[in-house]
Amino acid sequence: MLAYIARRILASVPVLLVVALFVFLLLRLTPGDPAAIIAGDMATPDQLERIRDSLGLNEPLLTQFVTWSGQLLSGDFGSSLISRTPVLTLIGQRLEPTLSLAIVTMIITLVLSIPMGVIAAWRHGSLTDNAVMAISVLGFSIPVFVTGYIFIQIFAIDLRLLPVQGFRSVFDGVGPFLARIVLPAFTLATIYIALIARMTRAAMLEVLDEDYIRTARAKGLTERIVLFRHALRNAAVPILTVVGTGFALMISGVVVTESVFNIPGLGRLTVDAILARDYPVIQALILLTSGIYVVINLLIDISYAFMDPRIRY
Amino acid sequence: MGETIAKDRRPIEAGTGTGTGMQTDAILVVENLVIETNGRDPHRIIDDVSLTVGPGETVCLVGESGSGKSVTSLATMGLLPKGALSARSGRILVEGEDVLAASPSRLRQMRATRMSMIFQEPMTALNPVMTVEEQLQEVLTAHASMSAADRRTRIREILSLVHLPDVERMCRSYPHQLSGGQRQRVMIAMALVLEPKLLIADEPTTALDVTTQKQILKLIAEIQERLGTSVLFITHDMGVVADIADRVYVMRHGKLVESGPIQSILTKPERDYTRDLLSAVPALSPRAARPASSREIVLETSQLGMVYGQASLFKKREGTVAAKDVDLKLTRGRTLGIVGESGSGKSTVARCVMRLIDPTTGSIRLRNHEIANLSRRALRPWRKRIQMIFQDPNRSLNPRLTVGDSIIEGPVNYGASKQDARARARELLELVGLPADAIDRHPHQFSGGQRQRIAIARALAMEPDVLVADEAVSALDVSVQAQVLDLLDDIQTRLGVALLFITHDLRVAAQICDDVAVMQRGRVVEYGPTAEVLGNPREAYTRELIDAAPGRHWDFPNFRPMPAAVAPVDVTPGG
Repeated sequence: MLAYIARRILASVPVLLVVALFVFLLLRLTPGDPAAIIAGDMATPDQLERIRDSLGLNEPLLTQFVTWSGQLLSGDFGSSLISRTPVLTLIGQRLEPTLSLAIVTMIITLVLSIPMGVIAAWRHGSLTDNAVMAISVLGFSIPVFVTGYIFIQIFAIDLRLLPVQGFRSVFDGVGPFLARIVLPAFTLATIYIALIARMTRAAMLEVLDEDYIRTARAKGLTERIVLFRHALRNAAVPILTVVGTGFALMISGVVVTESVFNIPGLGRLTVDAILARDYPVIQALILLTSGIYVVINLLIDISYAFMDPRIRY
Repeated sequence: MGETIAKDRRPIEAGTGTGTGMQTDAILVVENLVIETNGRDPHRIIDDVSLTVGPGETVCLVGESGSGKSVTSLATMGLLPKGALSARSGRILVEGEDVLAASPSRLRQMRATRMSMIFQEPMTALNPVMTVEEQLQEVLTAHASMSAADRRTRIREILSLVHLPDVERMCRSYPHQLSGGQRQRVMIAMALVLEPKLLIADEPTTALDVTTQKQILKLIAEIQERLGTSVLFITHDMGVVADIADRVYVMRHGKLVESGPIQSILTKPERDYTRDLLSAVPALSPRAARPASSREIVLETSQLGMVYGQASLFKKREGTVAAKDVDLKLTRGRTLGIVGESGSGKSTVARCVMRLIDPTTGSIRLRNHEIANLSRRALRPWRKRIQMIFQDPNRSLNPRLTVGDSIIEGPVNYGASKQDARARARELLELVGLPADAIDRHPHQFSGGQRQRIAIARALAMEPDVLVADEAVSALDVSVQAQVLDLLDDIQTRLGVALLFITHDLRVAAQICDDVAVMQRGRVVEYGPTAEVLGNPREAYTRELIDAAPGRHWDFPNFRPMPAAVAPVDVTPGG
């Protein structure tokens, strides 16, 4: 097991290298002179030359890559072209809101969607099943910003239960944190509930046809044990895959929700950086997202082995 | 006598006939059971079935697929597929309590305490992600208030009762770490841990090797003796019935055809269907030798070997030897059988010969042409010379293609025109006994036996010299099996094709093969004319296999015990 984890970690090194190479080339291969892009339209040739020099653009490409990778490894991601703040500080500020949103969303999603899927599969073809499927279609088809504004209208404006928007760190008090995070989390969760409930239902339907489910019933076990101990654990692998990739997607794809609820997270940082062509920030964000993907995939693979004893590497 | 599973007949057999329904102490009484499908147009699955199982008795419920025998047993457990089937009338009394009238929670209490069930596939009947101990333990926690220590003791007791070795290791094992026989022993332990009065066994040995089957049947008989359990044994195998039954019920199309004590069913069957069923059991005595029609050797292997997972540059390991030094010769128009248990390497040899896998050593000569080392491209013209028929006709035909498209795909790929290929397909369908209009239908519109005929027609469309049949009749009912074997024989006479017939079933091998090779652990242990190998085996392993064949003391088609002179040599297995 440990050997497997070590091998998997080693195997992700080349993946990250390829990503780093891509990010590196992104700036170098963009049409036009990177220095010109960085310096802007009003730069003098003198300024351009200085920027070129400071970026090492006069060196051979390979040397540049090595230098640049070395800087990354020592934690130097450069500074934003706009605000001159170090990129790492910028991301650090934005990471907490996004992670908070993603985690709360995931908790809501799991608590609701898995029982929904299990029960729908158990009552296959019944009214309950149809209701779950209908909710799932709705969840998929209503755009996030619509759900968001509907929630704001109902819970914040009409009922005045919750603040309209904003973000408070969990470290400044759990109450204010929850009051502000619950609407965006539910908004974002609608899609994931739809997705994971559907996935759970499909995986459970397959497993419920298996012989060992019949055996479990023949042993006189209650339906709750049959469903959750026998069936769900066997259906877990495909569900886990979706949960894991869903979580990774969430971190890079919360832009809309963050905008609707005015949360200063990574999504908005990404949009701002792209609009401003803030290359160092974009580079760091791409590296961060792919790093998260690699780590989550690793966790998924390891969890397979825990879920299913037949999987051994 | 050597070891036989047949136990002493109990007094219940004497003179009771079918009239045991009157018994008041019967463990299981099924009365006028009617089961129908749900929906607007209900279809009757079980029609007025009544049966009884007395204390300590073994009752066999026999029938072919679709006879309703499994549905009857599931109904007894209260396990009818929800929403699909329901009991319309009748009663199922287990120790006097009606299962059909019981509430869901009462039904749960009755399961495992009064009646238990074991199933056909020990591979899939156990939960793959739970250890043996966890799976046994939940039966105890669901039904009995025992301390954790008592549970531990009880689990170990029952596992040793079913003769599992190294009980502590078994407890920690997951199902995939056990052999098929061990898994079925775990299933039996799980079913009997609370000592229910009734054990329902639904084809519990069908998926096992003959030697394992023999052990499991022996175990069930032994436990029955110790605990006094009554057994309702569902099977399609008359050999097993002859070995274990006290009484027999024969079912067909959801109705009871005949019932009675084992002796009278085997010697004086009253109904035609029962007679047909018994007559269809292939005899264990080998077929008469056929005169050789040709001397041309169409397929020859020498020193053929296959090792899986050999050591590579990066991994040091011993590979698994699946086949070693296999020398076989197949003459035009003849049938060579490879018999053996699972893991013996018989399918590996078939796949090597087909070049579906690449053998690690040795040679394969197809019509005197070496094909063992040919590249994929060079192999192409030889592929059509050798064709395969697979075990499960439900899965070997593409469900989205019409029968015609399946048959012509090969010839068209080899350059035949579509019209010619279709004309030939019609001829072939007729040859295998199907109407010519079958060509435009889809596989799901045919029965299992018909589908296997289609698979044969598909293989023949390539005009091969050699047909490789890998357990081609194993998934079929005996009556259908007999028809397909006849068909293969007929085709061979007409077309002169050579057959390489892989099977685990000695009876089938005895009926169809001119020569037989017995394989064990990747090697051919005995090889020769069928009459010699099966009639007068030289190797201990061959004798052991013959010895394990169920019902070998019975001459089914003639409704009498095997005459002593013809009966295979009786030996006591060494182990």
